[in-house]
Amino acid sequence: MSARLLAGLAVLLVLLLAAPALLGGYGLSVLILVLYFAFVGQAWNIMMGFAGQLSLGHALYAGLGGYVAAGLYFHYGIGPWAGVLVAIAAAVAAGSIVGYLGFRFSLAGVYFALLTIAFAEFTRIGFDNWSWSGGSGGLFLKVERGVTDLANLRGGPVLFYYVILALAAGTFGLCHLLLQSRLGRYWLAIREDAEAAQAVGVPVLRCKMMAVMISAALTAIAGVWNAFYYNNLFPETAFSIGRSIEMTLSPIIGGLGTLGGPLIGAVVLTSLGELFTSVGDMLGIPGIKQIFYGLALLAIIMYRPAGLWPWIAKRLGLERRL
Amino acid sequence: MSGATLELAGLGKSFRGLRAVHDVSFTVPGGSIHALIGPNGAGKTTIFNMIAGVYAPTAGTVTLDGRRISGLRPDRVCDAGVGRTFQIVRPFKGLSVLENVTIGALQRQSKVDRARAAALAILERLGLADRAHQLAENLTLPDRKRLEVARALATGPRLLLLDEVMAGLRPTEVDVMVGFLRELNARTGLTILLIEHVMRAVMALAAQVTVVSYGEKIAEGTPQEIVRNKAVLDVYLGEEEVA
Repeated sequence: MSARLLAGLAVLLVLLLAAPALLGGYGLSVLILVLYFAFVGQAWNIMMGFAGQLSLGHALYAGLGGYVAAGLYFHYGIGPWAGVLVAIAAAVAAGSIVGYLGFRFSLAGVYFALLTIAFAEFTRIGFDNWSWSGGSGGLFLKVERGVTDLANLRGGPVLFYYVILALAAGTFGLCHLLLQSRLGRYWLAIREDAEAAQAVGVPVLRCKMMAVMISAALTAIAGVWNAFYYNNLFPETAFSIGRSIEMTLSPIIGGLGTLGGPLIGAVVLTSLGELFTSVGDMLGIPGIKQIFYGLALLAIIMYRPAGLWPWIAKRLGLERRL
Repeated sequence: MSGATLELAGLGKSFRGLRAVHDVSFTVPGGSIHALIGPNGAGKTTIFNMIAGVYAPTAGTVTLDGRRISGLRPDRVCDAGVGRTFQIVRPFKGLSVLENVTIGALQRQSKVDRARAAALAILERLGLADRAHQLAENLTLPDRKRLEVARALATGPRLLLLDEVMAGLRPTEVDVMVGFLRELNARTGLTILLIEHVMRAVMALAAQVTVVSYGEKIAEGTPQEIVRNKAVLDVYLGEEEVA
């Protein structure tokens, strides 16, 4: 990483640390969304951007993670810091099953994607009918106003802001290290040409399994955070294909396989979303937000198919890759 | 690094009843250069793919220094000391030339920095060092062929399988590649098995030649013997090529 990039990141981090003091409630809530999408986008990017495996069912891992941690807290009073470990274990187990079935039998591209969707869908149906998790009626966590309890992750937006900031920054660092490692190189080789990779000694199945497990673990953490931030979970939304798709957007828009991509993508998409919401409110036309949003995505994909980050990085004179 | 002895014994492969390779046996002694030639569709690449672990043979065995490698996964075969190139080049297109070779070097050296240094040294020997930071997809065909060889060499093989690395090269480029391989073989004792249609390269490099046609071995001998072999002339070389 160049010195210039490092300095830029340091300034950004200081600004982000000071953000709750600088921004109002609305600004902070938008920034929380940005960081959340940067975080889950980074997690998804490990599979698609690094290892080249298209998952369209990542809601499975976020939903499982959220439900496990929230359920443990709701039923047994077990706090999320312990619960997240169980959540990670559950998501990694699920990821291993999906990954093994897909990779062992060489399902590639859209066929693998269909498998991931199928798993998310039947988990949704399972949770719809599971009374422990509240079934289709949902699971609700008690909201206590004016309490800040870090141990149980109960509190206001500032608490959740700092937690998601730590998660997003930590994952950024982790992904940087992964890309520099032997495993990271092996992922890129698999993404480019799995057969050629295997011929130069890359254990393809094992590396793909590592990708799905690391990605699922991080996504589960995002799910736990999400459950405690919103205090409610419904199978209909937690495991929905829409939730899965939304996780893929920031890395795709920002630049697949790049470190900066998910972050830039999250900034652009969230700001566009907020902008079009207010424009929609002003015009008073219901649904206009979605139309604008869709058109903006279309324009970005058409004019910057490799994503926004490689283009921005080039303008700033930063190295493009790795 | 020294060359390993490759032995094929009664090797056969059928695809749903279609007999692609039948009862092929030959030995490549450690440190020698051996060529595998024959008409298109004779089963040469299928034989390579059985050595490299892409296909499990339906009959016979492949051994490397006496250790059976047939039936192993390709990455295990690479572990065992076999490097290969692909007939249709398969570079990691979106990565730089250096990254391509570094990934090969990580097979022997798990530290990325050291693997990169080893990769650079190999690129220099193949004359690709000045293109190290280009994307592999931007290379010309001759450079891609050299990249294939560099990436395979980076894995530190004791046997190198070269699948038509001369095809598409100009005569002067063929001579450069021949010179490189001969020097490599002399210096390191690396065993080389090559599939080749460019007889100029075969004559210059190989100590022994095995000829296959319709999946079966029809002749074996020195290049000088092969070009005078009646059966080989009939099915493959023809009269005019011998001169």
